[in-house]
Amino acid sequence: MTDTPLPNSPTRLRRWLDGLHSAPAKRVQFDRPLTPWAFVLPQLLVVVVFFYWPSVQAVTSSFYIEDPFGFGATFVGLENYQSVLASGEYRSIAGFTLFFAVLVTALALGAGLLLAVKADAVIRGSAQYKTALISVYAIAPPVAGLIGMMFFDMHIGPFVTVASWFGWQMQVGINYWDTVLALVLVSVWKQIPYNFIFFLSGLQSVPVSVREAAAIDCRSGWRRFYTVTLPLLAPTAFFLLIINVTYALFDTFGIIDVMVKDKPANNPITLVYKVYLDGFKGNDIGGSAAQSVILMGVVFALTILQFRFLEKRIHYG
Amino acid sequence: MHRTRFFDHLILALGAAFLMVPVLIAFMTSTHTAADVHMSGLSLMPGGHGMETYHKVLTQRGGFTGEVTGARMLMNSTILGFGFALGKIVLSMMAAYALVYFRFRFATAIFWMIFTTLLLPLEVRIMPSYQVMSDLHLLNTYTGLIVPLLASATGTFYFRQFFKSVPDELLEAARIDGAGPLRFFIDILVPLSRTMMAAIFIIMFVYGWNQYLWPMLMTTEERFFTLMRGIKSILQVWIGSQIPDYNEAFALAVLAMVPPVAVVVVFQRMFIKGLTESDK
Repeated sequence: MTDTPLPNSPTRLRRWLDGLHSAPAKRVQFDRPLTPWAFVLPQLLVVVVFFYWPSVQAVTSSFYIEDPFGFGATFVGLENYQSVLASGEYRSIAGFTLFFAVLVTALALGAGLLLAVKADAVIRGSAQYKTALISVYAIAPPVAGLIGMMFFDMHIGPFVTVASWFGWQMQVGINYWDTVLALVLVSVWKQIPYNFIFFLSGLQSVPVSVREAAAIDCRSGWRRFYTVTLPLLAPTAFFLLIINVTYALFDTFGIIDVMVKDKPANNPITLVYKVYLDGFKGNDIGGSAAQSVILMGVVFALTILQFRFLEKRIHYG
Repeated sequence: MHRTRFFDHLILALGAAFLMVPVLIAFMTSTHTAADVHMSGLSLMPGGHGMETYHKVLTQRGGFTGEVTGARMLMNSTILGFGFALGKIVLSMMAAYALVYFRFRFATAIFWMIFTTLLLPLEVRIMPSYQVMSDLHLLNTYTGLIVPLLASATGTFYFRQFFKSVPDELLEAARIDGAGPLRFFIDILVPLSRTMMAAIFIIMFVYGWNQYLWPMLMTTEERFFTLMRGIKSILQVWIGSQIPDYNEAFALAVLAMVPPVAVVVVFQRMFIKGLTESDK
């Protein structure tokens, strides 16, 4: 479900970047003044009405404080930004978001890589493993959240039972760190298949000749992985790094919303969830818009970072 | 050598179990009664009450207005999944066609306008998007549910890449034969793109079906609820009830995940290809 905002594979992105520079797409083109407009207009209309209009509104309303009763808005300059950035609550949520993103990304990437390497190594049953490992990809975040909630339910959750054997009274939804644990576990669970798919296809595109040469030169499988396979996977890994961070920041919304059950007070939430809370529940439109703009900045920075790296072409294959 | 293989299989089996067992348990538990689940917890064994639970979830009118059934939500999710995938393919193929095959003024500007949308996910501009929808009176409509999600350039990007890889000779030949732009598009380009369209359809269907935040905001009337939205409301009813309907919640979760999972598993090869490769 990750319809990523970016072209979703290293090859594609590189090609996309190449495409930006080459001016004419085709040697031969139709030369009609009006026909292309008829073709491009539907998409253009949707983009203008549902992308540019709201984006511009987000930026403008971040400079205003809206009257809670709907009687107009007052221009306040950067005040919304100042109060957002000065707020201790916002900062601690930002801290948690960072922590959450790092943890989810590291665990999901690690598990995806491990499984991909093993699935690449075995011959018997590899198709079955592959199907099993991929299928969870299509499960929506809120469904994952619901299943996770059941596993951490205080009456019927098996994890809670296991924890109680060790004297740990797990209270997901009430105890902050217990909820963090559940959120991270469910988020990682949901993201492993995606990473697995990309790592596996990265591994399988390593030429047989390279593998054979490496096998002759180096007998230790671990070392071979470290010195040959891993560098070859670097572009995939970097691409996935950005995607996973984006996932942890934005796509986990459904998981969080289901698992904290509208009781965000003492529960861990991410910055995106805060935008939603302030805008829809708290009616603080200006503050929410300012947060939106800050997040836009974050996404923008991530995108630039990705482009930078790909332009340097960190691929050895 | 044998030892390594053994550990490889062990790790893979553990990984597969970690991913699959929760799904299996969700399904199995949904076939028990709520009281059973309350007494003895989650289950890996079938319970024999599956038919009644699913019948109830699909046909019982729930919610506050009594307007929505599981079947209705299933239908709405299907409409969203199909509508989104189809809309995406139609809009993006047309736009990509204009950008690749025509020489016209502002083509570069339009190209950039469309591709900038790749930079900002919907979640970031959710609040103003909602306001725009309410200004346009599109809340609680299928149009409002589907069309705004189309405002991203992923599909356009794929098709643009694909069209650029189509040999120029085809267009030359078609023009010699007297084909106009519309003819060329419908008779040549669309049939050529069949595989590409199928791959994008799968990815987009799953994406549309799984939408959560947008339908949640756009639909306040229960007859427009999708399964994802239903999951939220079943949990809200939950709080404060004596024995929560665990079985029904799981049944709803199963209904919500079976179609996209089935699509991905059945069309696995095409799906992976669409996701990871840019063929040609």
